[in-house]
Amino acid sequence: MSASVRLSRRSFVSGLAVLGLGPRRSLAQGFAGLGNDASGFAAVVPGRRFSFPADHGPHPDYRIEWWYLTANLKDEGGNAYGVQWTLFRQAMQPGPQREGWASQQIWMGHAAITCADTHRYSETFARGGIGQAGVETDPFHAWIDSWEMRGLDGMSATDIAPLQVKASGVDFSYALKLDASKPLVLEGDGGYSRKSAEGQASYYYSQPFFTMVGGVTIDGKSVNVTGQAWMDREWSSQPLAADQTGWDWFSLHLGTGEKLMLFRLRQTQGKHYLSGNWIEPGGRATELPSSAIEMTPMATTEVADRKLPTSWRIVIPDRHLEIDIVPLNPRSWMGTSFPYWEGPISFTGSHKGVGYLEMTGY
Amino acid sequence: MKRALWVLAVLLSHWRKHPMQLATLAIGLISATALWSGVQALNEQARNSYDRAAAAFGGARVAMLVGRDSTFPQQLFVDLRRAGWPVSPVLEGRVRIHGKSLRLLGIEPVTFPAQAGSTPTIGRADLKSFLAPPGETLIAPETLTELTAAAGAILRTDDGSVLPPLKVQAQLAPGILIVDIGRAQSLLRQPDRLSRLLIGKARGPQAPLQAIAGGSLRYVAPDTETDLERLTDSFHLNLSAFGLLSFLVGLFIVNSAIGLAFEQRMPMLRTLRACGVSSRMLNAVLLTELSALALVAGLIGLICGYLIAAALLPNVAASLQGLYGAQIPGQLILKPEWWAAGFAMSIAGTFAAAAMSLLRVIRLPVLAMAQPQAWRQAQRRWLRWQGLCAIAMFAAAAILLAAGNSLISGFAVLAAILLGAALTLPVLLGFVLQVGARSTQRPLMMWFWADSRQQLPGLSLALMALLLALAVNVGVGTMVESFSRTFATWLDGRLAADVYVNARDDAQARDIEASLRKRPEVTAILPSGRAETEIGGWPVEVLGLADHATYREHWPLLESEANAWDKVKSGDAALVSEQLARKLQLKLGDRLTIGTPGGNWPMDVAAIYADYGNPKGQVAVNIDAFRRRFPNEPKTRFGLRVAPDKIASLIDDLRQRFHLDDHHLSDQSALKAESMRIFNRTFAVTAALNTFTLGVAGIALLTSLLTLSNSRLPHLAPLWALGLTRKQLAGIELLKTMAIAFITALLALPLGLLVAWCLIAVVNVRAFGWRLPFHVFPLHLVELLGVAMLAALLAMLAPLVRLLRMPPAALIKVFANER
Repeated sequence: MSASVRLSRRSFVSGLAVLGLGPRRSLAQGFAGLGNDASGFAAVVPGRRFSFPADHGPHPDYRIEWWYLTANLKDEGGNAYGVQWTLFRQAMQPGPQREGWASQQIWMGHAAITCADTHRYSETFARGGIGQAGVETDPFHAWIDSWEMRGLDGMSATDIAPLQVKASGVDFSYALKLDASKPLVLEGDGGYSRKSAEGQASYYYSQPFFTMVGGVTIDGKSVNVTGQAWMDREWSSQPLAADQTGWDWFSLHLGTGEKLMLFRLRQTQGKHYLSGNWIEPGGRATELPSSAIEMTPMATTEVADRKLPTSWRIVIPDRHLEIDIVPLNPRSWMGTSFPYWEGPISFTGSHKGVGYLEMTGY
Repeated sequence: MKRALWVLAVLLSHWRKHPMQLATLAIGLISATALWSGVQALNEQARNSYDRAAAAFGGARVAMLVGRDSTFPQQLFVDLRRAGWPVSPVLEGRVRIHGKSLRLLGIEPVTFPAQAGSTPTIGRADLKSFLAPPGETLIAPETLTELTAAAGAILRTDDGSVLPPLKVQAQLAPGILIVDIGRAQSLLRQPDRLSRLLIGKARGPQAPLQAIAGGSLRYVAPDTETDLERLTDSFHLNLSAFGLLSFLVGLFIVNSAIGLAFEQRMPMLRTLRACGVSSRMLNAVLLTELSALALVAGLIGLICGYLIAAALLPNVAASLQGLYGAQIPGQLILKPEWWAAGFAMSIAGTFAAAAMSLLRVIRLPVLAMAQPQAWRQAQRRWLRWQGLCAIAMFAAAAILLAAGNSLISGFAVLAAILLGAALTLPVLLGFVLQVGARSTQRPLMMWFWADSRQQLPGLSLALMALLLALAVNVGVGTMVESFSRTFATWLDGRLAADVYVNARDDAQARDIEASLRKRPEVTAILPSGRAETEIGGWPVEVLGLADHATYREHWPLLESEANAWDKVKSGDAALVSEQLARKLQLKLGDRLTIGTPGGNWPMDVAAIYADYGNPKGQVAVNIDAFRRRFPNEPKTRFGLRVAPDKIASLIDDLRQRFHLDDHHLSDQSALKAESMRIFNRTFAVTAALNTFTLGVAGIALLTSLLTLSNSRLPHLAPLWALGLTRKQLAGIELLKTMAIAFITALLALPLGLLVAWCLIAVVNVRAFGWRLPFHVFPLHLVELLGVAMLAALLAMLAPLVRLLRMPPAALIKVFANER
């Protein structure tokens, strides 16, 4: 039997990719143009009023949506770890939601652990409508297979905390508790996050103030870890412009207690589209325009036959920020059906701190 | 090199002078290769399709979880996924379209394990079109043709459900329709039910199965061999045995042709050696010559083999489907390996057949006098050796019969008997002719007997081939006849009820039953049940039967205890099928434990019954006990006793009122006809191969006679010179050959009956687990005798005509030419 007749993960996810379900901001790579066809799905328009906990749940009328958690952790010996937990939702077709197997929703989960010399990841898929995966708001519960993110007793809807999250792969697992004492932050313009000059946008809010504690296990060896985490919630029907080929996305925990979200959408025509959000320790957020940000790839790493810029220099003159970013593990390659780079980073310069970098479309 | 070519040219000149001999050799090789490779092509075709079928539903290739009952709730799938089990759901059932029953598989492509093998190509945009309305029905091209539908067509099942548009998938097994799991649930009217869960690659820790599913699911380890492969093994072995037999008969021809050719070329070889051709070169050239012949004949043989396979395929496919539910595509696909194996067989066969002759040439002393007579003399010594071999063969057969237990050893017994008999034939014929010679004083008759004996060695190989072909024909014919006679009565016993109903669900079954109770023509309603289980790793059906005279009087019991039915009624005893009894070595009164959802069910064996043709084991128990032990099995089946003249109208009424199709409602006569049809097609294959073998034997006889007819001249010429007319000579020749053929055919009859016994009592039992009663059919024997004589007569025709037309000058020349 030839390889082409197999229903391999690869061919399957190519299917998913066509549907538009790829890791977070990676939809554009190689499948540009599909983001334009949003007819029938709900449109992202400015001025939406968010309401919690309802908005923690799925928005099935929109084509895609994700619950995205990344964490920078340390064990008792001071060794650094990164953890990723992601749930994606994708609607195959617009229109009224159908029940059971007829549901048009498809779910995908990614989980990963990274330390300096190891990177482990796993993925899983589920159909909507039957209970294998989903998100409920009261009590908050997002799950796919045995992976879950669950609201603990007394969870605050505006803080989306405390939570517990767990996932496992063949050779790793983690179970972690999250807490936050500050409310979540609306990204972009009050939660309306522009993705191109042509008007592509998504609804986007984050909780960047999580503290985290728990245990991670790699190859049967367990360690206790603590650190900070960042959750992104985003949904859209038409998140990318036709000429956008991929993303470079940063979430940074600055040593000063400030948080910084930055992204660069690489375009085949014209200048790349840059955007960001400066979040003060109190939670007040200011959108950074494209002109205020300088992002420069410094060194590349060859992973999976691709060259990826794993070291960066970022300058935001208005904020007196000038930092050099290096990865904890330059080989943080998510060799999932739909591959991308996602891993913990640290930076020095005008500010010190840690964060996460995602790069797609390379 | 040039020298070698000259030697080759000299050697080949022999064939130019004796084109008939060349034809004989070619025919032998072609028929041997053709039959063997034809059968191999059929087997290969079938095995490929098992692979396809197995792969399509993730059959035995992956580990899976199956329910205690035929289906289980979908929630178990969700619960297992949530507990870390990488499972993917499958729902399987059958739908009828245009009266054809097709297997419908519902799969879930998003979780489908990659290692479950070649499933539908659902990549890229295909996933969306498979899942999202209107969805797709994946179908093999063969099935599409069979349904006379076009890609994209929307089919309706016979009960009115609409299938998603058809999409052709070349690698799909025929007879299977694949749809999304959700659609399968609605098409099969099994909402939220699943048949099995395929287990993919582990992704982290899993909760224990017991903790999630209780006892409702059972783990089935992956298997490299599919059920179909196991079940159909015997069938293919039977085919192979026939192929091999034909191959051997073909080699007899090759052997006789090569032997004669080498013998006649001895003077030529001696001359070549004397001219300075080295022994090594001579041998090398001879080997080259033989290889070239084998290659050319092998190629023609392979083409013929392909044609034979193509001609037999419909019957083979039909029997495999009827017996085992295996779907074989109707278009032969041949792999390069098949061609290679065919050539290898052809070359190996040629060398095996030529081995004796080659050895003699290699040892040929340069100055030895080569005489055709030397061959005959060697044959005489050979004869003694042959007799010893025959005795050894018979001894081997006896030992294998006593000691062996496998199907292979069963065939070995058969082979040893046949080979032993073939080797005995010349000895026996010689003896008969000797007795004949003593019985007469007339000179012509004395010459007649003596000349027959003289001719015997030259004909013996062809006669052996005839003997084998006839014996196998008698054997197989007797077996087939025995079977169809037994089968007919057995079917009457097994299908004792007049009408069989299988309602869609329990509720409908209750409705149907209520309405039947009001009808006076229905004299009895006999509920039955069916469950699948395993005993000793072997699939076993448990059959629930009502306690009723219908079964008590007709069920085909082979042996039973006193009051067997009363014991069964108590629920503590079971009737056991012959296959199961043989497999588990159960005797009456033995204890048998059946696994049920509620635990083990110990039963006494009250009787053993015939269950011909069933590849699975079967246990029949009382229906009430069955329902207690298998509470979740559908209560949808029952048999009806109906006044004979009301059957047709009752069926029409039920069909209309409850919308039952043939799958759910059938009368006894239709079921019987269907069963007989399947078995007739199975044996049609056997019969066809049989005819081929007989044909090959006929050719062997013909070619032997043709090659001999030249050397007969010196024997006949003196008689002609003494005053006998050519007509008289032809008459004597005819009589002689017919007499020898007749004696051979007569000897073939008892041998054939022995073969039949071997097939029925040894091979069949070991292959299928059941034994048929042995019947002798004298008419069939007489018929075959006639066929044999006809074959001999036809084979005689050409040499006879030649003799009649021979100019007297040719006969006179015999005296002029010194040979």
